[in-house]
This record gives sequence, C-alpha cells and structure tokens, in this order.
Amino acid sequence: MTDKLLNAELEQHAVDRLRHLFEVNRRDLFKFLGAGIVVGVCAPTLLSQQSGRGRSSGDATPADIASWLHIGANGKVTVFTGKVEMGQNIRTSLTQQVAEELRTPEASVEMVMGDTDLTPFDMGTFGSRTTPTMGPQLRKAAASAREALVDLAAQRWQVDRAQLSAANGSVTDSKSGKNISYGELTHGEKLVKIIGPDAPVAAASQWHIAGAASPKVNGKAFVTGAHQYTSDITRPGMLYGKVLRPKAFNAKLVSLDSSAAEKMPGVKVVRDGDFVGVAAADSETASTALATIQAQWNAPQQVSEAELFAHLKAPGASANSGNGNRENGSIQAGMASATKTLSQIYTAAYIAHAPLEPRAAVAAWTDNKLTVWTGTQRPFGVREELATAFHVPTDRVRVIVPDTGSAYGGKHTGDAAVEAARLSKATGKPVKLVWTREEEFTWAYFRPAGVIEIKSGVHDDGTLAAWEYHNYNSGPAGIETFYTVANKRIEFHPADSPLRQGSYRGLAATANHFAREVHMDELAQLLKMDSLQFRLKNIADPRLRAVFETAAARFGWSKQQATPGRGFGIAGGFEKNGYIAMCAEVTAGPSGDVKITRVVAAFDCGAVVNPNGLRNQVSGAIVQAIGGALFEAIHFDNGRILNPHFRDYRVPRFRDLPEIQVELLDRKDVPSAGAGETPIVGLAPAVGNAIFSATGVRLRGLPLMAQALPLQSPAR
Amino acid sequence: MADTIAFKLNDKPVQLDVDGNRPLLWVLRTDLGLTGTKYGCGEGQCGACTVLLDGRAVRSCRTPAASVAGKKIQTIEALSYNGGLHPVQQAFLDEEAFQCGYCTPGMIMSAHALLSTNPAPSDEEIVQHMSGNICRCGTYPRIAAAIHRAAAGEAKK
Ligand code: FES
Ligand code: FES
Repeated sequence: MTDKLLNAELEQHAVDRLRHLFEVNRRDLFKFLGAGIVVGVCAPTLLSQQSGRGRSSGDATPADIASWLHIGANGKVTVFTGKVEMGQNIRTSLTQQVAEELRTPEASVEMVMGDTDLTPFDMGTFGSRTTPTMGPQLRKAAASAREALVDLAAQRWQVDRAQLSAANGSVTDSKSGKNISYGELTHGEKLVKIIGPDAPVAAASQWHIAGAASPKVNGKAFVTGAHQYTSDITRPGMLYGKVLRPKAFNAKLVSLDSSAAEKMPGVKVVRDGDFVGVAAADSETASTALATIQAQWNAPQQVSEAELFAHLKAPGASANSGNGNRENGSIQAGMASATKTLSQIYTAAYIAHAPLEPRAAVAAWTDNKLTVWTGTQRPFGVREELATAFHVPTDRVRVIVPDTGSAYGGKHTGDAAVEAARLSKATGKPVKLVWTREEEFTWAYFRPAGVIEIKSGVHDDGTLAAWEYHNYNSGPAGIETFYTVANKRIEFHPADSPLRQGSYRGLAATANHFAREVHMDELAQLLKMDSLQFRLKNIADPRLRAVFETAAARFGWSKQQATPGRGFGIAGGFEKNGYIAMCAEVTAGPSGDVKITRVVAAFDCGAVVNPNGLRNQVSGAIVQAIGGALFEAIHFDNGRILNPHFRDYRVPRFRDLPEIQVELLDRKDVPSAGAGETPIVGLAPAVGNAIFSATGVRLRGLPLMAQALPLQSPAR
Repeated sequence: MADTIAFKLNDKPVQLDVDGNRPLLWVLRTDLGLTGTKYGCGEGQCGACTVLLDGRAVRSCRTPAASVAGKKIQTIEALSYNGGLHPVQQAFLDEEAFQCGYCTPGMIMSAHALLSTNPAPSDEEIVQHMSGNICRCGTYPRIAAAIHRAAAGEAKK
C-alpha cells in the first residue's frame, strides 16, 4: 500500500479534534457525534488525583469528567469510559447499567472503552474498581440523561413532566398516550449536562435489566474468531518485530555483532542503548534474523530460588515497615493470658499471570504522532510511559486497547508497546510485536513471593488472645485479620525482590488469606475444635458469618468424615468489599498426588449486577486459584527463569477441574463490589486444610504440591 | 526456500509459495489473514492454535506448512456459514463458555473434532480429549457444559 493510502487510512484514527472532548467543547463534541444530548459525570476527587493525568492548558472545566455518554439520532447511546475489557465482562455489565437507568434496550448502547483519545482519563482497570465506581457513575449519567429527555418531551408537548414516563427508548405521555423516541427528541438538540458524583440513581431492588443474566456483548465475535485482539490487528505496510533478550536479568550489553541479520533482505536491525530489535516482513523472518545476532552480556550474580526466603527476611533486605501496619492492645499481655500458643511460618512462591494472549502491541508513527494498539489494563499509564520513552507530549500519543486476551493484573505496563513503538520509529512503518510464551514467562513481572510469620495465642473457650503477623515482601493486601482479637500487631515488610514483581489478581490477599486461614486451622486443631465453629466463635461481621455458614451448609460440612486419603477443608475471608468462604474436598493418592474433587463457594459482593457473568468470574477465579494453590511456581537461578514454558510451568487444565458449586448471596441492600479478585483468595487455604484432613500433613508453602506428601492418617 | 504447497482450506483449494518449514499457524495468520486461529505458546502446549487436519484436531503451531500438502485444513472461520453459527459455536455462545475468549476458537475446534468422532462424549472423555487446551480464565466447567449441549443438539437431529 502506498504511503498516501496509508496516511488516508491512519487519518481515520487521527482524532486530534477530539482531544478535548471531555472539556466540553460543544462545537467539537457535536461535530464528532452529531447533535444530541451529552452527559458527563465528575469523578470522585480521590480518583482524579491519581498520577498520570496530563492536564493540558486551557481546561474549560475541572477536567474531572470520568465518563460520559451521548444520545444521538436513532436513539443510539454511546458511552465513553477509560476502563478496558479483558474477560471480566464489564463491557456487558456496564451496558446493562446504562440501559437500566436510561430505560432503553441494551442493543442501543455502545461502549467505547480504553482509548486515550476518545475516553476520559482513567487510572486503570484493576483493584476491582469498575463495579463500585464506574458502574454507579454511568448509572448516574444515564439517569440524568433520561431526566433531560423527559424535560425535552415536556417542553415539546407543553405538558407537566409528572405525567410523562420513559421506557424502552422513548417517552410516553400517560394522559394523551403520545409517544416519542429518544432519537426524535434529541434531533437538533445540542445539550450538555455535567453532573456531580452524587446524582440520584435507582436502588438495586428496582433494577430490571441490571441484575439479570445478560448475554455477553459481542459474544458472537468470540465464538467465530472474528474479534480482533491486539495480536490480530494489521496495518498497511506493517512489519513484525522481535527483541533481543539479555541472557539474564540486569545484564548489560558488552558486545554485539548483528552483521548477518543486517544482510538479510528486508530485515532492519535497531539498536538503541541496550535495546536491540529487528523488524521484518513476517515474524519468522524476524526470529531467524534475531537468532543470527551474536551478543555478549555481562550479568551480575543474583539471588536464586534456593536462597529466596532467607533473602526476603534478611534484615538488610527489608526497608522500613511499609503501609498495612497496625497495632492494638499488647501482644505480650495477650500471649501471657493465652492457654495455648502457636508460632508458624508460611511461604508463597513467585507465580506468573500467563495470560493466554501474551503481551502484544501494534505501533504506528505518523507525522510525529504515535498510535499504539495494545492489551493493557492502564491505557493512560501506558500513554505516559510512551510519552516519556520518546520524549513527546502525551497528546502526541494515542493508546487504544482492543478487548484483551486477559491480564489478571499482569498487563499494567507498556513493555511491548514501547518496544513496538521503538521499532516503528526506526523503520518508519507500523510494527507489530507479540511476545513469545517464553518472553511472557520471563520478561513480564510476577506475583510477589513472600514469607509470613504468625505468632498467636488462644483461650480455652476458643477465643483469640493475641495475633502477631509479619508479611515479608508478599504485600499488604488482605493483611488485616477479620477475626476479633484485642491484642494484635500486623506488619508488612517490603523487601528487595530478586525478580520483577507487581500486581496480580487479588494481590497479596491470596498469600495473606492462605497464611491466616491455615493458621486458624492449626489453632482449631490445637484446641480440638471444629474449624468452622472455631472461626465463627471469632467472627463478628454478620456478612462474613453468612458466607461461612452458607458454604458449610451447602457442602454438608458437619456431616463430612475424613478417611485416609480423603479430606475436607474450609477457609474464607473478606477482601475488596466482598465476602467469600469455601469448602474443599481433596483426595491424596499414595504417591502424594492431590486432586481437588469438590469446591463449594459462597460469595457476597453486594447487589449482583449480572449473575451469569458473576458466576463465570467466581468459578473462573476458583479454577485459576487451583494453579497457585497446588502447583504453579516460577523457578529461577541467578537471574534466569528455569521454567518459562507451559511444559514446565503447570497451569490448571480440564483434568484438574473439581466439581464447583457457587452460591451467590445477592444483597440488594448494599452497593455492588467488584468480583474479579476476592473469589481467588479462599481456595488455597481450604485445599491446604483439606490436605491436612486427608493426610495429617500440614503444608505451609504455596504451591502446596511443591513439597513431598508422606501419607499419614487423617486428622479429623 | 519457497515451496509450492497446495491444500484445501475451509473447503476451497489454495496454492501458496511459502517456506514449507514455516508453521501452519503463521501461514494462516500472516499470509492468509485468518486470525481466528490464535498463538498461545508456539510449543504445542496450549491448544489456542488448534485447527482440523483431515478432520483431526492438530496444533497448527507445530504443523509445518509442507506437511499439509494435499490435505484438508479447517479453521474456526469455516464453521459459521451464511451468518449462522455451527452448533458447537452456538453451544459455546449459549453457555457463555468463555471470558476473555482468547482460547475459544481453539476450544471450539478441539470440541468439534471430538464430537465428530464421538457424538456423545462422557465427562471423562471430554477431560481426556480437551486437556491439551488451556483456558487461563478457568472457564472449563462451562466449556464442558457447552460440549454436552452441542452433543445433545446433535442427538436430537
Ligand atoms: S500455540 Fe499452538 S499449542 Fe499453543
Ligand atoms: S476465556 Fe480467557 S483463556 Fe479461555
């Protein structure tokens, strides 16, 4: 394709004039979308104060619009949000909520998501924030748009608005029976409304569309293979890129001979500092060219897996205690008053997100403006990263996030985007770069490994007397105990991690729940109490009690009798405003092999927005949790990953699947909480406790099957 | 290095001049623009690239282009016709047997291969046949349900 054609095509994506859309520049706004009604919602200030917000001069408004929607001709509703879809199904659940408040069919609502030129700033899709924050914002915008439409109808007909009602994409006059569609009402209007974050919305108990099991938006595109992920996007004249990886982490390039690659027809080699990449007409040629490059790297000696836990706990390794530190009462007095005490250490290995779609990006420079398609959870963060890397203002960078082949907290950074953009800049052509599975397992980042020490004391009646808790490196999420205890000290100690680490679905809540809930099981055993009863004795929160009681009842907890090789475990907790409890049944074979045979989960995340999507999320989180619980671990030695393939990094497969039962406690009376993360935290401790019940062996490290499992008699 | 390779792709004859050592996956995706077949590992470990070779499920990332000469290849793009969905696709949609959907084309092709030789597979047979396909989102229970649903639909015909 010629450059002219290329430019013409790229121009369709060049939307400079849209840049300040959300600063309510009416003329531009309506030029782009056509006449209609626009409603923008101000974000709660907390959210807008996060970093990464490039404010341009001349902002006409506080620029705190977090989302907005437009209703135009034909009643088509277009919603703009910086959130992204990566399998957690928010494209559907947000559509439902807009349709609900706007009283219009879901099919008339289109979501424009994660495009830094089109959507308002958003700090990212993580931390289970979409449902509690973006959902209500869009409901408010939709409700306010609906009221504006009713006003327009009242004006047009010169009647009292009280006799009008909105339903099914139109307004009806109850007196005359007249009816007018939203599309007709917006015709010729250029109305902009900005509303505050506390505009009124319908209570969950009044929902009709939200709260029901809507099918996934664009579902058909996924079953036909038509949906275009980043890795499926092509641009005219596009090249395929590959990056030369150092032989170990933190290595410096000493010497490079790329002459053979440079001689290959159509191959371009790019070197910029320690970055070396190639671009070619197809990815195999790029790989072949890359393989001919001779490079020498100098790598420092680095901490290996064998020394990991000692390293994380070494006095020099931990900086000062970070956040998440709490102290109440006196540990000393509490311990002194206890009739039984326990001190144990728990560990968690590094694990990989391993999203099935590896990191990928397509980058194209035109007229010194960079457009990058990439699967990321932080489109605006990646825009910032690109702007910094190439010394251009953020308004010269556009990041577009196609619905992504999942992330699980692993796609916060723009590594592939920066690499593709570097190669594109050097070649003057669009470049696609898709990480290999090995790169994904090596050069991404990991869920932090950690060491957790717990010292506790209990009274004979089963109440907790003292709780001292130290988490080294794994993280502060979910560190607080939800059990009632007067004397407690809870500390998180950040450490110098030998591997690059970062966000992961549920963050440290998985490790903290594992340690706490296994420890509680050990205390129950010490007291010779039933582990459910022991927990209930120490839980005050009625919602937490409810999930424990529900899971136990559905599982038939009180009736289960462990036999050698077959056992039962229970665990639960509270995270991201959601309550989870799980019961697990496992069988352990004589060879030490463990199979989870049954899981019953009870989950309360407030008012349920889409029970169908939610069940899929909860059961998916449980399945994913099996990996981290039983066998997932990154092995590493002196700056190298030893198992960067699915062959040696075992992930859950069909054969690992237990029977899963999910009970949703739909609480219409409390706000909806996000549900992508919390269900992942209960499985590992429930399974660990079940293994103990089946074998009498107490496992205190994740993954549980990393340790040999000598068979003993059941414990309960 | 280019070899001339002729085969039947989605019921139409194709002839390509490509290096016969190249994996079929990349020939499909790059040269033929059939991006429904996904890359997940390139090592035969995940099933995202599953296509049918003479009706059998194979990993296209481990299938050299030369080896399909004279054979019949079917990709996910072949399953839907005239805008209608294949019963297996419809069953996946009805069960909403996906989250991010990245594994879905490979899952559907594997399931399709299973059902064409075993129209009513047991749970155990599904596990056996499908364990080479990874769904990192953990949608396995619904995928199994979709396979049963498609099998039941076939049985009714
Ligand atoms: S891409 Fe072929 S099996 Fe994974
Ligand atoms: S739906 Fe995401 S990998 Fe299967």
